[in-house]
Amino acid sequence: MQKQVELSPEQIRDQKVYRDWGLTDGEYDLISEKLLKRLPNFTETGLYSGMWSEHCSYKNSKPILRKFWTKGSRVIQGPGEGAGVLDINDGQAVVFKAESHNHPSFVEPYEGAATGVGGIIRDIFSMGAKPIASLDSLRFGELSNPKNRFLLDKVVAGIAGYGNCIGIPTVGGEIGFDKCYDGNPLVNVMCVGIMDQADIEAGRAHGTGNSIIYVGAKTGRDGINGATFASSQFSKEEESDRSAVQVGDPFMEKLLVDACLEITHKHSDILVGIQDMGAAGLVSSSAEMAAKANSGVDLNLDLVPQREPGMTPYEIMLSESQERMLLCVKKGHEQTVLDVFERYGLDAVVIGSVNDDGQYRLSQHGELVCDIPTKTLVDDVPEYTHPLVEPARLKQPAPHFTPEFDDLGTMVKQMLGQATIASKQSVYQQYDSRVQANTVLAPGSDSAVVRIRGTKKALAMTTDCNSRYIYLDPFQGGQIAVAEAARNIVASGALPIGITDCLNFGNPDDPESYFEMSKSAEGIAKACEQFDAPVIGGNVSLYNETDNAAIYPTPLIGMVGLIESNDQITKASAKAADELVYVVGKTFDDYSGSEIQKMLADQISGRIEHFDLATEAKNQKLVHTAIVDKLVDSVHDISEGGLIVTLLETLFENELGFTGKTALTREQLFSETQSRFVITVPKQNQAAFEKLAGDQATLIGTTTADHELHLELSNDNLNLDVNEMNQIWKEGLSWLMKSKA
Amino acid sequence: MKFAVISFPGSNCDWDMYYAINDALGEEADMVSSESTDLDQYDGVLIPGGFSYGDYLRSGAIARFAPVMKAVKKLADAGKPVLGVCNGFQILVEAGLLPGSLQNNTSMEFISDWAPLKVVNNRTMFTNGYSKDQVIKVPIAHGEGNYYCDDATLQELKDNDQIVFTYEENPNGSCDNIAGITNRAGNVLGMMPHPERAVESILGGTDGLTLFKSILNQVRS
Amino acid sequence: MYLAKIYVTHKPSILDPQGEAVKNALHRLNYTSIDSISQGKFFEVKLNADSKDAAVKTVESICKDLLVNQNMETYRYEVEEG
Repeated sequence: MQKQVELSPEQIRDQKVYRDWGLTDGEYDLISEKLLKRLPNFTETGLYSGMWSEHCSYKNSKPILRKFWTKGSRVIQGPGEGAGVLDINDGQAVVFKAESHNHPSFVEPYEGAATGVGGIIRDIFSMGAKPIASLDSLRFGELSNPKNRFLLDKVVAGIAGYGNCIGIPTVGGEIGFDKCYDGNPLVNVMCVGIMDQADIEAGRAHGTGNSIIYVGAKTGRDGINGATFASSQFSKEEESDRSAVQVGDPFMEKLLVDACLEITHKHSDILVGIQDMGAAGLVSSSAEMAAKANSGVDLNLDLVPQREPGMTPYEIMLSESQERMLLCVKKGHEQTVLDVFERYGLDAVVIGSVNDDGQYRLSQHGELVCDIPTKTLVDDVPEYTHPLVEPARLKQPAPHFTPEFDDLGTMVKQMLGQATIASKQSVYQQYDSRVQANTVLAPGSDSAVVRIRGTKKALAMTTDCNSRYIYLDPFQGGQIAVAEAARNIVASGALPIGITDCLNFGNPDDPESYFEMSKSAEGIAKACEQFDAPVIGGNVSLYNETDNAAIYPTPLIGMVGLIESNDQITKASAKAADELVYVVGKTFDDYSGSEIQKMLADQISGRIEHFDLATEAKNQKLVHTAIVDKLVDSVHDISEGGLIVTLLETLFENELGFTGKTALTREQLFSETQSRFVITVPKQNQAAFEKLAGDQATLIGTTTADHELHLELSNDNLNLDVNEMNQIWKEGLSWLMKSKA
Repeated sequence: MKFAVISFPGSNCDWDMYYAINDALGEEADMVSSESTDLDQYDGVLIPGGFSYGDYLRSGAIARFAPVMKAVKKLADAGKPVLGVCNGFQILVEAGLLPGSLQNNTSMEFISDWAPLKVVNNRTMFTNGYSKDQVIKVPIAHGEGNYYCDDATLQELKDNDQIVFTYEENPNGSCDNIAGITNRAGNVLGMMPHPERAVESILGGTDGLTLFKSILNQVRS
Repeated sequence: MYLAKIYVTHKPSILDPQGEAVKNALHRLNYTSIDSISQGKFFEVKLNADSKDAAVKTVESICKDLLVNQNMETYRYEVEEG
């Protein structure tokens, strides 16, 4: 047992202890002088610090989030709930959200990644939806640093350990490597669920006297507020345990998913609201549920299941123990809900009730330990707009870069072995991508595709963000991030319907960093409107810096598309020999931020050119129409590494070859001009396709059966053994993982 | 034909198995809780994959004590078909209905992929629809699929034609490339690959459906 | 030659889902007297060292460097001549 002496309200004020918990002097004064008109006690101060943190309140990012386009005809639920909801016709809806778990994954990569997966799944089923797929977007520093190899290994194991156990297929995602993520890896997880629109739940607690039910794992001293404690408040010996690492229990979560979905489907008449206990645990879930319904709650902390003795109200309320949910249930019907949970072997307890005076009241051991207006925790958080300053690098971009290399074949081989380019099969084969038996396109495709059982429909999903472009030009880079995601979606035969985002940035107090955030959000908003893909939710992760070196601004885009008829699902791999190969879109000398620039110059620089949304939309429309008209056999979007990488990837799976001729230069094979695709067209469709495409597509050659590539260029010739290239591409990542620093 | 799909806490391929029978095969399957004690009304039992009881301690170690396992034994003793897939195989082994054990993959990593399998014995009630030595394509997804048994047991398995499926490319270190075995009587099959995930062409293949059809052939004839 | 027996368990404040699941299984088997279970790892390490002190030093260091995840686990060991 720990002896703890809580500081008095006066001591908190005089010693300015609240600063250690992240509250500013101004915020503390606002609380004590305006909102409470008295000094908050120890517990109350702690609750404000948690609820007013950026993570819970978005106080720094709200002005930016408001820039997003959130309307759209399919939106049933936009940002603000656990996850956004979109109409997918026939009375069905798709629910999805992405969330970052960057810092916990750096500290303890296995559990950090695992609990990231667990957290986002709870956001989905708390809406009443059945989770049907997860995707992971990861960023690490270069693999030449052994610490990054360790992080990659453990993060992947954590995602696999949790995701495989819970029975939700991990169908996609992406991994990128850049020096800027040294010490700041990004672990962003997206979960997608489906439901009948009639079953939508909300995180609300209303109706005086209705009961608040706690279910799931016991509360321990896990991840408490991430706050720093003044050591004088506690006995010294257990200092190292103060804020324990959160451990995920996917088995418990599986039971929670099944039990909660049973309640939302079978007992929706008595269920008032449901929410998961995420950041700032019990306080955020209960206060948000009550505040949204303009009510308050009375909770008895003695009833909260606890893993350890002697926990203080502060610890109980701000613990971030995993696998816990909070429900509001109509008075008199508690037993029905408790019985369901018992059948699943889950601990569920009534811990309090809804009140109508709007107060947030907590009692422990017969004493009132907190009594504050609920809305002050949620709605009265100050909002901050920060000054913007355009970073110097953007004002005077470096001169145009042109790649110079000796042997073209050697260059292609080196390119295929780059960490960002090489196949990620050794990673995604650790994920069960097929459980639930609905996965049509598994990881490794442009986007994953999951069919909706019992219908002709399917959902395409992808995560994407080329942060190098955003670093070079936040506004255009933001547009490109959305455009690239949409390109992935369209390549699989779908049309985009919405996005979620994880805004990973540096310190918002740095005006240059805030500029990047603001401009990239404007770019994202503009592109979303173009592609009719509203933002329906997401999260913000700031302060991703080490020693004042920030990550590239990385607003991850998680996009979902709808396929109306599953015979339109299109793969990236060419199916057969003797098919025509076209490049959709024009190729220019675009090397700024490209993989080849990073390889040859060891840094990225320059201006982003030749990108505009109108061309992008036009090319995507062509591809979609060609798919719907059944003119194409395969579609693969061109991204990192340029045309040559995309062309080879198109040939790998079925061990095909290629013969062709192009007016492009050998350098342009590595150009990363946006808005392009490689497609294959059966010969009998040539006339129809060319009529449709006009000058938007260029024929570059034909697939062959001999797994050899012969490409005649304007200033060189390229001859490669495709199977040898496949080998290099397939084993690239494993080689880097095994390499000695 | 009426099957019971046994759902343990932590099973996660139970519904996949249910749909494979009800939708793809067109027969009847009920979802049966691991707490039930009576399977008399069923013609066969399917133990699905997943992580029963979190796979904590050892895969299948806790599940073998579930109340339903006595009824599964009774049904197996009566000669009716019992199929355990993935975690179901692990449970059958822990429960002593099949010999040997399943260890960590030699890579120490979970592996999810399509695996080519050879049908070594096509004279079982689970494989009569395949031809001998036919190579079929079925997904695998497991972390502990490395089949191990001692030499005497292995010899017995061979002598009695109990080895039913072998991997064409061993993904997990299994002895003799074993992917699936039956009991001596031939009515209990345990296999790591997932036939219930290969029952529709939109999902990448239908080689798994033949296994379920084989059971039907046998029972109907 | 020395023999070190190293026991690694979860820190008391860290959730141990495995221990919890095994405990629940034992309760279902009517071992109701079981109050709690912590599942950990056990290592037997044979090592050469000039003295017991030197062996202890090595053991301490391999625990910290590799065997133990100090974020979540705690450890103890016995070193004997063997």
